[in-house]
Amino acid sequence: MHTHAAPSTGPKQAELIPADLLSKIDEAVTHYPVSKRSASLPLLHLWQNHFGFVDDSGVDWIANRLELQPINILELVTFYPWFRQQAAGKVCIRVCRTLSCALAGSYEVRDAFCKAAGIDHKAPTHGHTPPVSADGKFSVEFVECLASCGSAPVALVNDDLLEDITPEGTAVILSQYN
Amino acid sequence: MKSLLLPPHPKERRIVFKNAWTQGYSPDIDCYVKNGGYEELKKALGIKPEEIIDEVKKANLRGRGGAGFPCGVKWGFIKRDDGKAHYITCNADESEPGTFKDRYILHNDPHQLIEGMAIAAFALNVHLAYIYIRCEFPKAAGIVTKALEEARAKGFLGKNIMGSGFDIDIYVHQGAGAYICGEETSLIESLEGKRPYPRIKPPYFPAVLGLYMSPTIVNNVETFCHVKQIFKIGSDEYAKMGTAGDGGTRVMCVSGDVMRPGPYEIPAGGVTLGELINDVCGGMKPGRKLKAIIPGGSSSKILRAGETFKMKVKGPDAEMIEKEVPLLDLVMDAASLAAAGTMIGSGGVIVMDDSRNMLWALNNLNAFYAHESCGQCTPCREGVLWIDKMTTRMVNGEGIAQDPATLKNVADNIAGRTVCAFGEAASWPVQSFLQKFPEEFEIAAK
Repeated sequence: MHTHAAPSTGPKQAELIPADLLSKIDEAVTHYPVSKRSASLPLLHLWQNHFGFVDDSGVDWIANRLELQPINILELVTFYPWFRQQAAGKVCIRVCRTLSCALAGSYEVRDAFCKAAGIDHKAPTHGHTPPVSADGKFSVEFVECLASCGSAPVALVNDDLLEDITPEGTAVILSQYN
Repeated sequence: MKSLLLPPHPKERRIVFKNAWTQGYSPDIDCYVKNGGYEELKKALGIKPEEIIDEVKKANLRGRGGAGFPCGVKWGFIKRDDGKAHYITCNADESEPGTFKDRYILHNDPHQLIEGMAIAAFALNVHLAYIYIRCEFPKAAGIVTKALEEARAKGFLGKNIMGSGFDIDIYVHQGAGAYICGEETSLIESLEGKRPYPRIKPPYFPAVLGLYMSPTIVNNVETFCHVKQIFKIGSDEYAKMGTAGDGGTRVMCVSGDVMRPGPYEIPAGGVTLGELINDVCGGMKPGRKLKAIIPGGSSSKILRAGETFKMKVKGPDAEMIEKEVPLLDLVMDAASLAAAGTMIGSGGVIVMDDSRNMLWALNNLNAFYAHESCGQCTPCREGVLWIDKMTTRMVNGEGIAQDPATLKNVADNIAGRTVCAFGEAASWPVQSFLQKFPEEFEIAAK
């Protein structure tokens, strides 16, 4: 299973929280008047959107903000596939792996994305820490059904859903996000 | 989605999809109001909450998330005046493989959902509601959040909505990539900020002990939109569109090896499986024949081309007679698919042609369930991994003679032995693929 991230040598994320992130966090907590604990996922999303992943200091900071124990936050980071304890690529490519997309060639699309991004296509396909290209620009991973089976194969590239992807089209897609 | 840009097929009747695909329609509140939006909320605020629930019951609306539970009956479990806080949550965690309808509503017509939820909130005495959107829909979360702000600014949400004295607030809550959160008690745990392990029923029926241990109704995106449409069309008219006990329209999502995959909104029971595939979706690809159909999301039991089902149908003198019904003559409604031993589920129809290997297809689904099991119950946590490993081995040409029997044995020992229906969802594909296509598994098990 997933382990606690290795200690990072750089500054801790919790020492680098900008004011706008703080105000977004304060706003998110107001959406849960019955229980602050409900704000755990929203805070993790805000954190990861800003820093790219959640380090140990982030786990501690969020737990403290919501008056929880760090384990209450860490167990979410390790459970939910979306959250990461290490940086992914600046451009995150999530190719849908499940049946309708696989019927339409998603395995070939995933391999083509890997090739175009210079990532070993034999690297692990799933997981909290996807394979990242040497320049740190791209990460490519499989995700399960993205709910766009009628326009398969599809991929989520950062926040954009790309539909009807062909292996030949993957290099062009990468160049658009470069 | 290309099919939606075409004019509706004659078999279609776009109600919840009507605006979403109208040229020039935009998701902002001005466009919605200009097209009669929030009129049904106004209507609902003027009648007794009990009458709202009666209308939904009379409309024979079944939940569109997969389980197909009658919506009005579910709502009827809430005791309005029990002095407790009540909640509703909208399940926008659309993630059953083969299902792709809710995103279009969230993107193109978010106010339809908000209006349906506001009507439900008034009926159920709810003042706080959440829309649980999977985080793989980041744009949808942004669009719906903006729509909620617009609705608040116009007085359709917030304090004393439309001067009625009724307060309701709705917020977006994003998931984090876990299929299990589509299970309603798991969704509630997730919304409470915990690991989303499903709760055991009884006692944790959401309508009794739901969010924050209070009575809670969880409905799918499409279901809330239908609530709005029931008040627009009238419950009698709405019920008449469908079949007995399954009212209105239903978005059927067709994917796989057909010419025109897409989501098609069709009156419940309004087409046969054959009409849906061959007529609405343009048939199979050139030179290919139908091999198999998964009719209601990946968890529903697979059907084999050419099979027939003994079922009771109305005879010439309106009496019920037993008849042999071919696969493609199956009517697409909840009752007919149940009689064929499968389910209409979430309306996700995955079609496969004669170029497809059924062991490969099952292995793909097994990998899905192995990835998505939450790990709470031992039979599921261990069993789905064993199943996945076995079919992976078979696909790689390393099958052994006892594999089909072992696969069935493991699947049989997951179903019925878990807290939630994920156990069944993961077992039914294994059991049905083995039953319907035994020869493909025997070949691989040598």
